[in-house]
Amino acid sequence: MELTGLFFYLVSILIAGGIYALLCLALNIQWGMGGLFNAGIAGFFAIGAYTSAILTTGGSAKHLGGFGLPVIAGLVGAAVLAGLTGWAVAKICVRLKSDYLAMASIGIAEILRLVIVNESWLTNGSLGLAGIPRPFGDYVSGRSADLVFLAYVWAIVLVVYLVAMRLYDSPWGRSLRAIRDNEESAAAVGKNIERYRVQTFVIGCAFMGVAGGLSAHYFRFLSPSATDPLLVTFLVWVMLMAGGSGNNRGAIVGALGIWTLWSVTEIFTNRLPPEWITRSSYIRMLLVGLLLQFVLQKFRSGILPEKSPPLRFRE
Amino acid sequence: MIDFINFYLFPALAIGSVYALGAVGISMIFGILRFAHFAHGDLMTVGTYGVLAAAAIFPVSPLLLVPFGMALAIVSALAVDKVFYQPLRKLPTIYTVISSFGVALIFRSLVQLFWGSQNQVFNSGGVRPPLVLFDTFRVSVLHVQAVVATSVIALLLHFFLSRTKTGRSMRAVSDDPELAQVAGLDTEKVVRWTWIIGAALAAVAGMFAGMDTSAHPNLGWNLLMPMFAAAILGGIGKPMGAMAGGYIIGLAEELSSYNWIGDSALISPSYKTAVAFVIMIVLLIVKPQGLFKGRLL
Repeated sequence: MELTGLFFYLVSILIAGGIYALLCLALNIQWGMGGLFNAGIAGFFAIGAYTSAILTTGGSAKHLGGFGLPVIAGLVGAAVLAGLTGWAVAKICVRLKSDYLAMASIGIAEILRLVIVNESWLTNGSLGLAGIPRPFGDYVSGRSADLVFLAYVWAIVLVVYLVAMRLYDSPWGRSLRAIRDNEESAAAVGKNIERYRVQTFVIGCAFMGVAGGLSAHYFRFLSPSATDPLLVTFLVWVMLMAGGSGNNRGAIVGALGIWTLWSVTEIFTNRLPPEWITRSSYIRMLLVGLLLQFVLQKFRSGILPEKSPPLRFRE
Repeated sequence: MIDFINFYLFPALAIGSVYALGAVGISMIFGILRFAHFAHGDLMTVGTYGVLAAAAIFPVSPLLLVPFGMALAIVSALAVDKVFYQPLRKLPTIYTVISSFGVALIFRSLVQLFWGSQNQVFNSGGVRPPLVLFDTFRVSVLHVQAVVATSVIALLLHFFLSRTKTGRSMRAVSDDPELAQVAGLDTEKVVRWTWIIGAALAAVAGMFAGMDTSAHPNLGWNLLMPMFAAAILGGIGKPMGAMAGGYIIGLAEELSSYNWIGDSALISPSYKTAVAFVIMIVLLIVKPQGLFKGRLL
C-alpha cells in the first residue's frame, strides 16, 4: 500500500502546486508583465477564499451564508470581488512610485485579516467556515474526489495560462512591457499608462481571488490561518522570482518546483526530535528568505527567462 | 474628560513616540536610499530582543541596557545593507524593496530561532505605580520616559542634521543625490550613517513598545503599517515631519477608539491599525507629499 500512499501524496502536492501556479501566473501578469509590486497577495487570496466559501456553503446560524450556489459561481464571485478590491487599490496608487503600491497592498491585506478575525457574523471569526463543497462533490467521494479536484484545478490553470499567454502576445501585453521598461517613451507614443496599470492589477487580483476560492474548496474548511502571508504572499514571490518573472511557463515551473521543495523538506523536518520540530519551521522560513536574496542577486532571470513574443508581419 | 486624558491621551503620546522613532528611520531611508524599507519593523524587533538578551544577564532597568539593543540593530542593519541591499543598488529600487521584504522574514525567523516565539515580558522591577499629578492625572512612568526620551532624541537629531558635516551631507543627498555626488560628498558614508541612526532609533522604539506590552517576534511587523503612514504623513525625507507624523498617527488611533458618541467606542479598538491605513490612503489620494512638503518620489 506504500505505492498508493505515495501516489496520493503526489496528488496532494500537485493540487496545492496548481493553486500556487495560479497565484504565480496572476503575479506574473502584475509583476512580470506590468512591473507592479503586489505585497498583499494574501489579502486578495483571502477575499477570493471567503467569497467563494460563503456563496457555496449551505445555511449556518454562525455566519453569513446559505446561498448554496454551485462552485463555479462561487469562483466567479471570488474573481469579481478580488478584482474590485484590486481596482480600488490600484486606482489610488498606480500614479505614485511602486513602493506606495506595495505599502497599500500590504495594508489592505493586514486590514482584511482584521476584518476576517473580528466580523464573526460574516466569517465565523477564528473558528472558521466548515462544510465548503467541492466541485462535483455529489458524484464522487473518498480518494477519487481528490483526482477529480486535481483535474478541476489544472483545467483552471490551463485556462488562466492560455489567457496569460494571449495577453502576453497581444498588443495590450506589448504595450504593458513597453510601459514597464520605459515609462516615458511609452507615454510619448500615447499609451495611457495609468489605465494599463490599473487593468493589469485588476486582472491579476481577480485570478488571485480564484486561487483563493479553489483552496477553500480543496480543504473544505476555511479559517484565518489559511491565508497566512508567509505561505501565500511570500512563497509566491519566491516562486515567481525563481521560475522566471515575465515568463508564464516559468511561473508554473517555479510554483511546482518551490512547492515540491517546501513539502518535501517538511517530511524530513517532521522526523526531527520534538524540540526541533518547532524550530525547523523557522529554519525553513529563514532558508526561503535567503533563497529569495540569492535569486535576486545571482539568478534574476529565473529558470525560464523572459522571452519577448515573436514579431509577426501581415503580408 | 479626566478619563479621556488618563486612558487615551497619555497612552496615545506613548505609542506616538514609538511610531515617531520608527518613522524617522523609514523616512530617512526612503529619502536617501530611495526605497521603502519593509524590514524596518523587524529591525525594531531585533533591537528589542537585543535589550531583552542583555536584561537576562544584567539585573538593571532595561532602559539602561538600550545600548545593547542599539548595537545589535545597527550591526544587523549594516550587515544586511552590505550583503543584501548594496549589490542591488544599481538596479531599479523596487528590487531592493523586494529584498527588504525577504530581510524582514530573515530577521523574524532568526529572532524566533534564538528566542522562541512566545511572549516575553521585560523585568522592570515589579509593577510601578503610575505618577499622579494634581490628584487627577495618572500617567505610567514608562509613558513619561518614552515621551521624554523621544523629545531628547528629536533635539539631538535636529542638531546632528543641521550642525554637523555628516548631518548636512545626509540632507544634501536626500535632496538631490546626483548633485551631492558631483559636489564630492561621500555617498557611502551617508548611507552608513542613515542605517546607524535608523537602526538605533528603531531599537529604542522597539524597547518601549516591548516594555509597554510584551516582546514577541511579530512586535515590529505589526507596527510597520502605522510607521509607514507616519513617514508619509510627515513627508518623505523630513525626519522632523516623520516625528510629528508618528504622534499624529498615535493620537488618531487612540482617539478613534474613545467613546465620543454614546457609550461605545467610535471605532472598535480591534480596528486601530485600520485607522493608520485609512489616513495613509487618504493622504496618498489628496496630498502624497505629506503635511510638511516632503518629496514625492
